[in-house]
Amino acid sequence: MRHDSLLDSVGNTPLVGLPRLSPSPDVRLWAKLEDQNPTGSIKDRAALAMIFRAEKEGLLRPGCTILEPTSGNTGISLAMAARLRGYRMVCVMPENTSEERKQLLRMWGSEIISSPAAGGSNEAVRVAKEVAADHPDWVMLYQYGNPANAQAHYEGTGPEILADLPDVTHFVAGLGTTGTLMGVGRFFREHKPEVRMVAAEPRYGELVYGLRNLDEGFVPELYDETLIDARFSVGPRDAVRRVRELIDSEGIFAGISTGAILHAALAQAAKSVKAGERADICFIVCDGGWKYLSTGAYEGTVDEAEEALDGQLWA
Amino acid sequence: MAIEVRVPTILRTYTGGEKAVQTSGGTLAEAIDALEADHTGLRDRLLDDGQVRKFINVYVNDEDVRFSGGMQTPLSDGDTVVILPAVAGG
Repeated sequence: MRHDSLLDSVGNTPLVGLPRLSPSPDVRLWAKLEDQNPTGSIKDRAALAMIFRAEKEGLLRPGCTILEPTSGNTGISLAMAARLRGYRMVCVMPENTSEERKQLLRMWGSEIISSPAAGGSNEAVRVAKEVAADHPDWVMLYQYGNPANAQAHYEGTGPEILADLPDVTHFVAGLGTTGTLMGVGRFFREHKPEVRMVAAEPRYGELVYGLRNLDEGFVPELYDETLIDARFSVGPRDAVRRVRELIDSEGIFAGISTGAILHAALAQAAKSVKAGERADICFIVCDGGWKYLSTGAYEGTVDEAEEALDGQLWA
Repeated sequence: MAIEVRVPTILRTYTGGEKAVQTSGGTLAEAIDALEADHTGLRDRLLDDGQVRKFINVYVNDEDVRFSGGMQTPLSDGDTVVILPAVAGG
């Protein structure tokens, strides 16, 4: 397919069936391959939408500095687009993220401010807000509260799924900024309200939940719980097991968070089989496994991988 | 009837430093009442006006109770309740 530039090629990702992992001809799983976006993750959609909106509103002009708290993918997407459109990029990223993510950010020209491992992305958000206060001329697009993040999925991801899979019954995605589920959720609530929205939330090691007090907890401003129907917490053991199953059975090499999403999708598939219902379950492959090779998730026993991931922000 | 409750670091001052404690009850509300009897003060940290606090998530067998019956979520022997502070992703 021909595009005028790389930025024009974001979205319209393939939807592929999973004939081996689907439990029966009546209960089928479908993977939306978001790793096939330009920087290799679903975040290209949100990053571009946020930049385009900020340009349209006059917030971003050539030479501006963009600041963003990120655990990796959003920063990588923003850095690529920032380079092409003439902005300086500064990411605030927790130090317990994989080395590949840091290298990729630097490669696309981003500067990195490290935030403490304890507290995970909550700390990155807190530090970024402090940095923003010190640099009022910098533009923080703020993926957790920027409506353009969810809108990208309302206008792109959702309609693409409905066009490719008109009989879709369930949509399963990860819950980070909540942008994917909020946008796709709102699209289906309006266009096919019977589609059930299922969230898979990564459950990290204790370090990541090491807040000083509960008021430091964080719920993204975008989050509207009426747009989802079920929410599962998935630990590293299940995520690793599923990500390896996806490679072994279907040949798809995905990142660890996709393992967590597949775990929730397979749980839904089992429920549908038990209830004797037809189901076409679409889930998101957020990114490929490349950025996580150094975490140890893809080698050795599942026990070893689980231990290696403890304390890391693996999604 | 034994229910295991996993407690985040930040609330272990109420459980004498224990990561996981046992409780009982046929619903989440009953289990939290039973928990309060052994670990005074914990209920107030979890609930506000009878509902789970905004920055707390409670899961029964990995499913968020806000979508599976709230405080009336049924519990059976061997179920696991996980309590976690809300954290960001992305």
